[in-house]
Order: sequence, then structure tokens, then C-alpha cells
Amino acid sequence: MSRYVLPLVVVIALIAFLMIGLQRGDPRALPSPYIGKAAPNFELPTLNDPDVTVASQDLEGNFALVNVWATWCPGCRTEHPFLMQLAREDSIPIYGINWRDTRPEAQRWIAQLGDPYVASGFDETGRVGIDWGVYGAPETFLLNADGIVVHKHLGPLGREAWERDFLPLINAGGAAR
Amino acid sequence: MKPRHQRMLAVGLALTGVAIAAAFTLRAFQDNMMFFVDISDVIAGDYPRQRNFRIGGLVVDGSVQREEGSLDLRFRVTDMNCELPVSYVGVLPDLFREGQGVVAHGRLGGDGVFVADKILAKHDENYMAPEVADSLAKHVEGKTAGLRTGDTGCVTP
Amino acid sequence: MIPEIGQFALILALSLAICQGVLPLIGAHRNDTAMMSVGNTAALGQLVFVAVAFGCLTWAFVSSDFSVLYVANHSQLSLPTIYKISAVWGAHEGSLLMWILILAAWTVAVSRYSSELPESFAARVVGVLGLLSVGFLLFILLTSNPFDRLSPPAADGADLNPLLQDPGLAIHPPLLYIGYVGFSVAFAFAIAAMLSGNLDQRWAKWTRPWTTLAWMFLTLGIMLGSWWAYYELGWGGWWFWDPVENASFMPWLIGTALIHSLAVTERRGLFKSWTLLLAITAFSLSLLGTFLVRSGIIVSVHAFATDPTRGFFILAFLAVVIVGALILYAWRAPSLDSDAGFGLLSRETFLLLNNVLLVVAATLVLMGTLAPLVIELLNGGKISIGPPWFEVAFLVPMIPLVLLLGVGMHTAWRKQDARPWVALLRIPAIAAVLLGIIIPLMFYGRTSLLMVVGVSAALWIIATSLIQPIRSIRRKDGSTGITRSALGMSVAHLGMGLFVLGVTITSAFNVESDRALTPGQSTEVGGYDFEMVELRNVEGPNYSAIEAEIEIRRDGEFVATVRPQKRQYLVQKNWMTEAGIYVTWNKDLFVALGDQLGNGAWSVRVQYKPMIRFIWFGAIIMALGGLVAVSDRRYRLKARKTSAAGQSVAESA
Repeated sequence: MSRYVLPLVVVIALIAFLMIGLQRGDPRALPSPYIGKAAPNFELPTLNDPDVTVASQDLEGNFALVNVWATWCPGCRTEHPFLMQLAREDSIPIYGINWRDTRPEAQRWIAQLGDPYVASGFDETGRVGIDWGVYGAPETFLLNADGIVVHKHLGPLGREAWERDFLPLINAGGAAR
Repeated sequence: MKPRHQRMLAVGLALTGVAIAAAFTLRAFQDNMMFFVDISDVIAGDYPRQRNFRIGGLVVDGSVQREEGSLDLRFRVTDMNCELPVSYVGVLPDLFREGQGVVAHGRLGGDGVFVADKILAKHDENYMAPEVADSLAKHVEGKTAGLRTGDTGCVTP
Repeated sequence: MIPEIGQFALILALSLAICQGVLPLIGAHRNDTAMMSVGNTAALGQLVFVAVAFGCLTWAFVSSDFSVLYVANHSQLSLPTIYKISAVWGAHEGSLLMWILILAAWTVAVSRYSSELPESFAARVVGVLGLLSVGFLLFILLTSNPFDRLSPPAADGADLNPLLQDPGLAIHPPLLYIGYVGFSVAFAFAIAAMLSGNLDQRWAKWTRPWTTLAWMFLTLGIMLGSWWAYYELGWGGWWFWDPVENASFMPWLIGTALIHSLAVTERRGLFKSWTLLLAITAFSLSLLGTFLVRSGIIVSVHAFATDPTRGFFILAFLAVVIVGALILYAWRAPSLDSDAGFGLLSRETFLLLNNVLLVVAATLVLMGTLAPLVIELLNGGKISIGPPWFEVAFLVPMIPLVLLLGVGMHTAWRKQDARPWVALLRIPAIAAVLLGIIIPLMFYGRTSLLMVVGVSAALWIIATSLIQPIRSIRRKDGSTGITRSALGMSVAHLGMGLFVLGVTITSAFNVESDRALTPGQSTEVGGYDFEMVELRNVEGPNYSAIEAEIEIRRDGEFVATVRPQKRQYLVQKNWMTEAGIYVTWNKDLFVALGDQLGNGAWSVRVQYKPMIRFIWFGAIIMALGGLVAVSDRRYRLKARKTSAAGQSVAESA
């Protein structure tokens, strides 16, 4: 009798083990080292005009989103409509970091799909991306009025994650102020 | 053969097979496991001496050097804390780029240069090998927490 | 509008699947004919609605409807139409939809060609398939909806991954899924048999053709995947022991064991519980493969967009299905012991050995695939198990398997008399060993122990699998000759022999070299001169490319021109390597363009691959053997006649 139960035992053990493996979480869901710390300083030429720069100081005084994007990244295309919606709602300024991209491509993207950004820094070499600990586009950082990173979202941003992870932080921050 | 003998034969054979396989596997695993070693650990001297291992990180911008017209290639890989020079001879995978994640198989040469015999490509540009992402995360974290891994002597450029 | 129709069709399909999964099972339990026959109708309706959904998604792709997120992410305006169609199953959501479509098609096929099955048995099979379909439809509707909208619509799509823009890969997934899903039929037969509690030999007879068909498609699917990897991304390799490949290979190994064990169960009524267990395992491994590939739990170069939620869903589904099946098994199997015996020297013994070795092989592959995860969870650091381990580990069960195969084919059921047996096999054995020593030396000039073993084993299988067909041709007096089923076995084993020959020779004598070439320069690899004549720019529909023209000569005599390309796809910007391959029956000359080295030089990977075509050709012959076996009169599937259904309704009334 027992040998007919053996496969069941093996399989339950295997499933339990895989369950633990899955609990380990998404290998890409990394702890952001910057949460609770000041965002690294940066100064970049803007995408639209190389002579104008956008820098850390521009972001301070208000909650702000910093969205790392690129035209070669499919996830950025996915989240773009949502960013447009956010921009239309005008609840929070969105700054872009156009990461490891080419200027004409990125400008065409903005012209075609719309520009949700107050300004996009043009980070051709990816240096700023490295300072910010960017693993892959898209990534979105939420900064509070003091320029502290309070949240980081990996992958395309959508309404659900916005309402679950971002809004409570913004509301709490607003109340404290 | 009686059914009972039959069953004993079956079970016996199966057990022998599994035993051989298990013994063999454990032995061969030892020889074929490829460890992934953080670059900081490599620099600190903490890596398997007698065998190949894997490293990974970002290809440092501007570090890729090639002798004109030859297959010899040198570049540096960083885990955001230390940098390790890597040499490779051969054809590179399509997704090898400066600033991008890379995984290399090989061993450390006497001159401190990692001699890669294989450079790994991913199918998807947007994807970073989890071990590389982990390794980077660890060191970025260490850096911002002010924990200089002083014993390795590496300072972020 | 069209995507909403698709979505709605999926919801309707789900409700029909629930009917199909519940009513026939209850009907079979209560012996209620009307309830049982609901299953067939529901299955047909489900197929229609899933096909509508699939059609809607295809239409969204062909018409470039970028208001559908899935389309916007995986297609693009200038993508050739053929790839717009294959893009439907180019990523997770669409491939899941295809999986469901295939499951529905298998179900309808089973319900139509089931005239030999008792009605309650057929109803249970259809019911179990319906329950599986419910699981997959919930999966797609809850976690992976391909019809999600993107608002506002994108102006242009993000393009299909260039690696997938290839004819081989367009048909690889469908074949693979037909195979995977086909094992769910064998699974459903096993569950139905255990539910009914009536497990006689007829069960094996009914299951066999379906299992063989599924195995045949899986063989072809894996073969195409390997071929695609070879010319599209492998830089000349044909199997990488990547988790994704292993995920398809494990069900194949168990499926192969199942086919052989079913033969014993059908012929002799033995190994019943073992066969049931294999049927459950083959399907479980298909599910496990899906889980491993799509949950992101294991690192693979085939980066399917992974998502832990999906992983959790599949794991839960897998747990319900397999644990349920195994509880049923633990309950029913003990009553299946058979009293029939067999001699030590008998077909049964050899098939038993076949099963043990194949299961050991599958276990080894599973261990190697899961080991990195185990060691990481035990905090042993991050490791990977490289192809060298698999290559050696896999040989351990495979060498005895191929050697015993030739013997087993010519051993009688029950008991074989040793003397005629030795007389028959002595000559092929001696010939195979001698030729195994001579051939490598004669054609390639060197040899080794492993090579002698490999070539001898291959020739041994080829020779022994030809004995029966040749004898039946020579027999002149209109006697029956060889049955289709036996012929199918011979053909499949012949294919195995060709495969082993290809693998042995190509891995032993393959020459691979990375060289730097400028136009006008040439280099020698494997006795051939490769001259780079010129480099030029080429424009494709959605890519631009640099193409090298390379002339191949042997001893100054022109052999062929190949044109490898380096393509840059316009949307995703990534570079792709298109190898230039010159193919003859006994070798491939493979040239791939690497990178620009400066000074007008390019790195080029040049390879001489003897006998590599035998690998895929052998696999095709194996699959063909399956087809021949299924065509045996014994298994000829008869369509359920509508009058028969009417009649039984009349009877029960």
C-alpha cells in the first residue's frame, strides 16, 4: 500500500519546495537602497533643449515622480498612457530621465505619444541611471518635498500600483505637513 | 517468474538505477557546479582557485578596448563597488553593450585579469540576470549606507 | 469591439467548460445518459468560442490594433504579416490562448472518435478534460488577459522580439503545445479509468493511439526548437540544457516510457499501476514545465515575461490537479496487481528496463534543473549547472538504453528461447562493433572509446530495427507480414539510431573557430577555406543588415557561397545574428558574423559540423514511426455515430 502513496508524498514535498521558491519573491523586486534617503544629485541637459538643464533642486518643495524611460523599452510603452493620465490629472509633477537613448528617437516618441513630463533629463551614457541604482527601464521613484526617495516602483506603472503604493504615501506626507 | 519476484526485480532494478544515478550525480555536481562570485569578493581574494566560476555586473562605460582588427577584447565589469578587468577572445553575443549587464564564465589569471571563455547573452535586452541584479543591489546598498567595504580596498569611481 | 468579442467568447467558453467538467462526471456516476452526452456538445461549443477568441486576437494583430496592450507590445506596423500571425502566440498571454485552443481541439477529437469506448468512460474523459480547461481559462481570464486595452492606443507597436521572427519558431510552439496538451488526454484516460474503477487491458488499447500522437507532436516540436536554436541563436549549438528546453524534454522522456509501458499493459495486462503513474507524470511534467518557464522561479535565457502571480496560479493549479490525481491513484492502484508472470528473458523485462532507464534519465534532468534553486534556498550560494554535467549524467542511463533497445525489439513476450535469439543478433552485433571502430577512423581519421561506443550503438540500433521490415519484404507468399504497429516501432527506433549517430559524430568531430576576417581574406576551418568576398548593406522589411558574402572552397575548388547577416531591427534596436549555413546530407558549414573589429575586419565564427542533420532527421523519422504505429488497424479510430448516441438514448428510455 505504502508504495502507492509514495508518489503523492514526493509531489507534495516538491510543491511545498516550489512554493518556498516562489515566496522568495520576484528576483527583480529588489530592495531599493535609496528608500528613506536623499535622492542622488543630478544635473542633465533636457531632452527638448540640450542647452537647458534639469537638476535635483528643481524637484524639491513638492512630491515629485522621477520616471526612468527609454524608447527601446517595451514596458515604457505600456506605462506611457498611464503617465499621460497622471499628467492630465495634474496631481504630481513627473520628471523623466531618458536613459541610454538617442535624442531623435526620444523626441519622436514624445511627439507621437505625448509628453507627460515637466522635463526629461537626457542621460545618454546612463551615468545618472547608475547613480540612482537603475536596473532596467522603466523604474519610477517617488520623492517627497525634501528630495527623499519614499518609494520606488520597478516595471511599468499602472493605476493599481499607483493607488496602492504611491497615493497613501503622498496623502500621509501631505497630512504631516 | 512469480509476480512477487517480478515486483522484487522491478523494485531492485529501480533502486539500483536510482542509487547509481544519485551517487554519480553527487560526484559530478561537485565538479560541475559553477559558482557565481561577486566582483568585490573576487578582488578580496575570495573565489574558487582551482576551477572556473562566473562573475557578473555592468560593463563599465568606455572600458571596452579592442586591438584593431583582432579578436582580443578587454573590458571592465563593475558591481558598483569594485571593478574587475576581463579579457575575452572571440565573438561576442548580440546583446553585449557598455553599461549593460553581463555574465562571464572563466577563471582569474595570475595578473588579476579574469579570463573569460564564455560571455552570456540574454534574449531580452530589458532583462538582467537575477544574480547580477542581486550583486549590484547589495553593493549599491552598502555604498549608500556608508558601509565602505574597506577590506577589499575598492572605492566606487 | 473585436477584442471585447474575444473576451466575451472566452467567458462563454469558461461557462461551457464548467458544464463540460461537471455534468458528464455526475452523469457517469449516476449512469444518466442525457447528462453524459452534454459533455460532447459543451466541448464542441467550447472549441467554437475559444476559436472565436483566437480569431479575434489574430485579427487584432493582422489589423495592427494597438489599442490592445498585448498587440502593442508584440507587434509593429512593418512586421511581415506572417509574423503578425505568429506573434499571436509569441508571448505568454497568446500562447496560453493557443494552449486552450489546442486543448479544446483535442477534447473534441476524443469525443468524436470514441465509438469504441463505453459511454460512461468517454463521458469521464471529456469531463476531466473540461476540468483542466476550466483551470486554464481561469488562468487566462484572471492573470493573463490578452485582450486588455491600452488607452490611448499606441501609434505603433513595440515589435515582436526579433528572435521570434523566424519561420521555424512560428510553428515550433504550436507543435510543442499539441504534444504537451496531448498528454492531458492520456492523463484524462487514466483518471477516467481510475474513477470508473474498471482498469482492464482495453484501457491501454484506447489510450495508446492518443498518447503516441501526442508524443509524435512533442518530438517534432522539440526537434524544431532545437533546429531553430541552432541557426538563430545557438551560434551552432543544438541543445543547451536550458531549463526551458529541459521543461519540454522531461515530459518527452516520460512520454516515451509511457508509450512502452502501455505496450506491456495492452499486450499482457501487466504494469497497470505503473502505466497509470506514468500517464499522470507525463502530464504533470508538462504543467511543471509551464510553471518553471513562466513563473520566473528558475533563471533561463528564454526570458518569458515572468510574473510571480502567474507562477502562484499555475502552482496552485498544478497542486490541485496532481495531488488530486495521486490521491485517486493511491486509492485505486493497489487493486491492480496482476498475477501474470514473465520470464527473465522476455520482452517484458526489456520494456521494464526501458522504463527504469527513461525514468532515471528524466529524474536526472529534473535534478539538474532544480539544483540551482535547491542550493540557493539552502543558502549555498548562486550556482549554475552547466551543460557538461547534463551531457555526462545523461549518458549514464542512455548508453544501456540504446544497447538494450536493439535486443529488446527481438525478444518475444513471456519467454524467449536464448538460442535462436543469439543466432539472430550475433551478426548485427559483431558488424556494429566492427564498423563502429572502422567508420570514425576511415572518415574522420581518429577515434576514442566514447566514439566507438556511440557509433556502434547507433549502427546496432539501425541494423536491428531493419531486421523485421526487411524480413517482411522478403516474405513472398502473401502472408500477413509486419503489422503497422511493429513497423512503426522499427521506424521510430531507426530514427533513434540515426539520431545517436548524428549526436556522436557531430559532438566528436565538430570544428569551431572564431576568426577575424577583412574582405579579401580567407581562413581555413575543417579542411575548407572560407573567403570573405565582400560586405554590403541590405535592407529588410523591418530591419537593416550588414551582409557578408563568403565563398567556401575545398582544395581550391568552389563549394558554395553563404551570406551571413548581422541585422538591426528598426524598432527594438537590437542586433541579431543570421548565420549563413551550407547544408549537405553529411555536414553543415556554418558561418556567423560577429562584431566589427576595426580596420575593416569582422569577427566571424566558422564551424564544420559533420552529420548534424542526422540529429533532426532522426527525430523526424522517430515521429514518423509514431504516425505509422497509430495507423495500425487495431487503433483505427472510429467516429462516434450519431445514430449510436440516439440508439443508446432510446435504450435507456
